[in-house]
Amino acid sequence: MGKKTPKHHKHIEAGARIVDFGGWDMPLHYGSQKEEHHAVRTNAGIFDVSHMTIVDLKGERVRDFLRFLLSNDVARLKEAGKALYTCMLNEDGGVIDDLIVYFMDESWFRLVVNAATRDKDLAWINKQAEPFDVTVSERAELAMVAVQGPNARELVAPCIEAEWRQTALDLKPFYGMEAGDLFIARTGYTGEDGWEIVMPAAQATALWDRLLAAGVVPCGLAARDTLRLEAAMNLYGSDMDETISPLEAGLDWTIAWEPDDRDFIGRGPLEEMRADPARRRFVGLLLEDKGVLRNHQRIVVEGIGEGEITSGGFSPTIGRSIALARLPAGDYDNAQVDVRGKLLNVRVVKTPFVRNGQVRIEV
Amino acid sequence: MSELPGDLLYTSDHEWLRREDDGSVTIGITDHAQAALGDFVYVELPEVGQDVDIGGDMAVVESVKAASDVYAPVDGTVVAVNESLADDPEKINASPYEDGWIVKLQPSGDIDEGTLLTPDAYQNLLDEEEA
Repeated sequence: MGKKTPKHHKHIEAGARIVDFGGWDMPLHYGSQKEEHHAVRTNAGIFDVSHMTIVDLKGERVRDFLRFLLSNDVARLKEAGKALYTCMLNEDGGVIDDLIVYFMDESWFRLVVNAATRDKDLAWINKQAEPFDVTVSERAELAMVAVQGPNARELVAPCIEAEWRQTALDLKPFYGMEAGDLFIARTGYTGEDGWEIVMPAAQATALWDRLLAAGVVPCGLAARDTLRLEAAMNLYGSDMDETISPLEAGLDWTIAWEPDDRDFIGRGPLEEMRADPARRRFVGLLLEDKGVLRNHQRIVVEGIGEGEITSGGFSPTIGRSIALARLPAGDYDNAQVDVRGKLLNVRVVKTPFVRNGQVRIEV
Repeated sequence: MSELPGDLLYTSDHEWLRREDDGSVTIGITDHAQAALGDFVYVELPEVGQDVDIGGDMAVVESVKAASDVYAPVDGTVVAVNESLADDPEKINASPYEDGWIVKLQPSGDIDEGTLLTPDAYQNLLDEEEA
């Protein structure tokens, strides 16, 4: 049996099908992945994401440390509460993990990293932190939920103490704040508006019950995956890993090249790859024939070469199959995918596929 | 979990088959299988007239979550496929033992019932998987 989140018994109560995810027993779905998916696109869903690893970094030189550790630049974080999405690279420019960093105050930054990468992330961060005299504390005692969807914030607001409520509702996207025992951030992994809320484990069950009673739909990891795929948000371990640079994973935008004298881990190899005309594309694909795109299917680009689907699946919002794929360099919009020996047609499309409830590609 | 239909035979791959009066067999996947795989979005069916070997894959059912092969439980020839699944694959979720049937085979010889499971034997298998 794996580790259990504080809400584990609530998942069982709600009829969850439980799977192992990075050593945690997590709900895959509570009945219908598709219904959960639609609930988030049209109303509000709640995900238990307590398996995510929260790490607090403290010290006078914590900002300097993170400017060295991360490929995005925390110098961009000027207001307390502001968040930044970034990769943490190894010395070869491969991705150790992707994460969100919050600027709490000048001597305190908070990281939220993936569950499956917890051990190696903590080892790496601790090793790199030493010369900067930064303390690294995992906050395993905290639980975390994501409430996502067009009605999410409105439905959660009554659960926030009155003194913080309006400030929380006024949070801009990618900002967080402390609200008593809670940490509330307007972030997520679905392409919808909403909050991610960190709280002491003891409070998690009560919040869960209250939100379900208010009509928020409990959602599992399966819906989380189709939602993030439609939003074209990368999944660590599928779309990138330590052998893949952010430049070949569609994460160019997360690399802060300026100022050009900022030394961050992996910068050298990344600069070389940036100038390489053979560097692979990372694109969105729409399946034009019937069928379903799946991870690891082979993509054939006639006259150019081959690539691979890194995340594929069925899009409940579009009603068609979509994928993220790493393909050979070149200027082309059409390719074929090998599905059980048959070549089906796929079209390269501009991502995201879906955002804020709306289909954003031409179908 | 609902009661298993008593007039069907089952396989350890969570398929069912019904012996029809004309000697053909109708094949589908069990309620347990449809619940595990979740919402179906695509079904790849064989051609009518195609020969299949016992244990060989003859169809693919794809849910939002995963693709899963449907195996031939007997040697035979495909005599009918459930074309309506092309437009409505969720029929398998809604009615796994009736409207959600997948393939009808004409067995090429006698069916060896020793390779198949009775409702009780299949129920035991489910109970073991549960435990």
